Amino acid sequence: MTGTLTAGFGEPVLDAQRCFRAVLDAMSRPGRVQRLAGLSPPLAPPAPLGAAAAAVLLTLSDADTPVWLDAGAAAEAWLRFHAGAPIVAAPAEAAFLLASGPPPALRDLAQGTDEEPHRSATLILEVAALEEGDGWRLTGPGIEHAHWLRVTGLPEGFAAAWQGNRARFPCGIDLLLCAGDRLAALPRTTALEIG
Amino acid sequence: MAYVAVKGGEAAIDAAHAWLAEERRGDPALPELTVEQIGQQLGLAVDRVMAEGACHDRGLAALAIKQARGDLIEAAFLLRAYRTTLPRFAGSEPLDTGAMRIRRRISATYKDLPGGQVLGPTFDYTHRLLDFALAAAGEPPPPAPQAAAEAASMPRVTGILAQEGLMQAEAASDAPPPDLTREPLAFPAERPLRLQALARGDEGFLLALGYSTQRGYGNAHPFVGEIRMGEVAVEITPPELGFAIEIGDLTVTECQMVNQFAGSKTEPPQFTRGYGLVFGHAERKAMAMALVDRALRGAELGEEADAPAQSQEFVLYHCDNVEATGFVEHLKLPHYVDFQSELEKIRQLRATALREAAE
Amino acid sequence: MSLAADAPNPAPTASAARRCWMGILARASRAEIASLLQAAPPLPAHRRLRGPETGLVMARGRQGGDGAPFNLGELTVTRCSITLDDGTVGHAYVAGRDAGQAEIAAVLDAALQDPGRQASLLAAVIEPLAAAQAARAARDAARAAATRVQFFTMATMR
Repeated sequence: MTGTLTAGFGEPVLDAQRCFRAVLDAMSRPGRVQRLAGLSPPLAPPAPLGAAAAAVLLTLSDADTPVWLDAGAAAEAWLRFHAGAPIVAAPAEAAFLLASGPPPALRDLAQGTDEEPHRSATLILEVAALEEGDGWRLTGPGIEHAHWLRVTGLPEGFAAAWQGNRARFPCGIDLLLCAGDRLAALPRTTALEIG
Repeated sequence: MAYVAVKGGEAAIDAAHAWLAEERRGDPALPELTVEQIGQQLGLAVDRVMAEGACHDRGLAALAIKQARGDLIEAAFLLRAYRTTLPRFAGSEPLDTGAMRIRRRISATYKDLPGGQVLGPTFDYTHRLLDFALAAAGEPPPPAPQAAAEAASMPRVTGILAQEGLMQAEAASDAPPPDLTREPLAFPAERPLRLQALARGDEGFLLALGYSTQRGYGNAHPFVGEIRMGEVAVEITPPELGFAIEIGDLTVTECQMVNQFAGSKTEPPQFTRGYGLVFGHAERKAMAMALVDRALRGAELGEEADAPAQSQEFVLYHCDNVEATGFVEHLKLPHYVDFQSELEKIRQLRATALREAAE
Repeated sequence: MSLAADAPNPAPTASAARRCWMGILARASRAEIASLLQAAPPLPAHRRLRGPETGLVMARGRQGGDGAPFNLGELTVTRCSITLDDGTVGHAYVAGRDAGQAEIAAVLDAALQDPGRQASLLAAVIEPLAAAQAARAARDAARAAATRVQFFTMATMR
């Protein structure tokens, strides 16, 4: 095997901790955009994986978390090599999903059960851009009054699918939105109104 | 159960730890034990800690023994705690104990078997007389004799019986085994799950249970078909390579316990096996494990199974000494509120009883 | 262990040879490898792709020795993957916790894939290591053979 593999985190422990902190902040303040800065050296994942999405996968997935992704063979090999995560073909079997194109339907992913709602999937969605300040009006736990988030490049009908996801609480998936080195989260508890 | 949040005691704890460190070191006029010395000269203690800690690393196990002042259960606990900090890279290909580089191999069922009876470094024929020569540091012992080794293979005794159709065959399978360290124990437990629990189980507990099957608590007629100890290669197949590679050798002890089986509606009378496989040179543990494995198969073989060693829940819930230690020793924790309520209850009952007696 | 592979087509031969030297390097201490490297041509420069990092491999046995697999217990393993300037990737997985051993084994794995370096590195490093490992195994086998029981039956025991 030559040439195709590129490095993962330069400092696996510190970089994963930084990224985990960013994901934690994003999840606990839904709609606030976090920047994944200060990785040494910056992550250079195979295309089309973005830096933030790739870092999130390296941080959260391991040999015990099946991953589904649509980013092609090079990205799969890279993830398998660095995280050891098993790659699955069926979206319903995945603990983490990365969609760089149109994502699978939210209702088809692992939803958890009433006894174990944490066994649901987390979807990492690559989008074109993330901006705070206008766009969706977000409310729910972790938001004092309302947060505003503009997401560019979402699939058609996303807002309706998200309403369906919220209705399944305490089950339902959690969503991480990534654009370049920026990321924001919509946990299953967040309500979304089109502003 | 209720616990009460208690503050304070920090200075007492610090002082206790300082005293512990001093006790651990002992008289500083004596040379300090090195981890290498423990690894080399207390090798069977290291083996036991690796087996019950379910983590093979001689250096870490020796360090754990030193830190635990020789308390082997505490040392296994330290090793278990350490392993949780490490990522799992892979599962190995199943070890091929048939290809073991043998240091010891004996059979109690056949005197003359291919490969012969190889005693290896055993205590078996020592007289159990204390050797006071060891109490004084002396010259290292002379090197052990060597003899020309035959290249002859050492087939398993179970294979010899199988050729005659007298040994129940194991179903060939490459199914990924269940893993206790990933999913909590659930019943009924399949045999692979039971064997994992037994392999990391407490030697003393399994020894007593195995002994109980011989004494009538269970329907055992065991023979040691074979015990073998030596080195086996560990192979993994990293996905980035796509072929299997050897990553080192492990010393393991394997015991095949041969048991009579009277037959059932679906199976003719034949021999069945109880199986033991343990990290390191751990013959007593491997034999006890094989006895208990066979006892636990009683129900699936249609035998009467009401002895303790035949009860899955009894054996598997209680064989882990780290878990058992946790639950027994938690009784040391403050139960001040619990006990206060017990006190009040007993006082009330007592008052009632005394009053009634007086009436 | 033989370094010559007997598989008929080139791809399995290459992986059989690689499997062989990886197994030998996994069993060699860092000090043994380093001392042999002093007499070998210098190793090429490398960059780390992954690790060296220590983790666990779950060792499996088979029930009854030949039946369904079960999990016996874990062992510590250190792995390292590196790349040379020409893009060749070297991997190492070695039992234990020696990061230095894993890294040098990964560099050797990459260098040994270069036909221009292979013969000299096999001769200077791999073959002496293999010989030392075979000698240790032979010594254990000879000591075991000395403890093999030679039965002789006495007449009265007929």
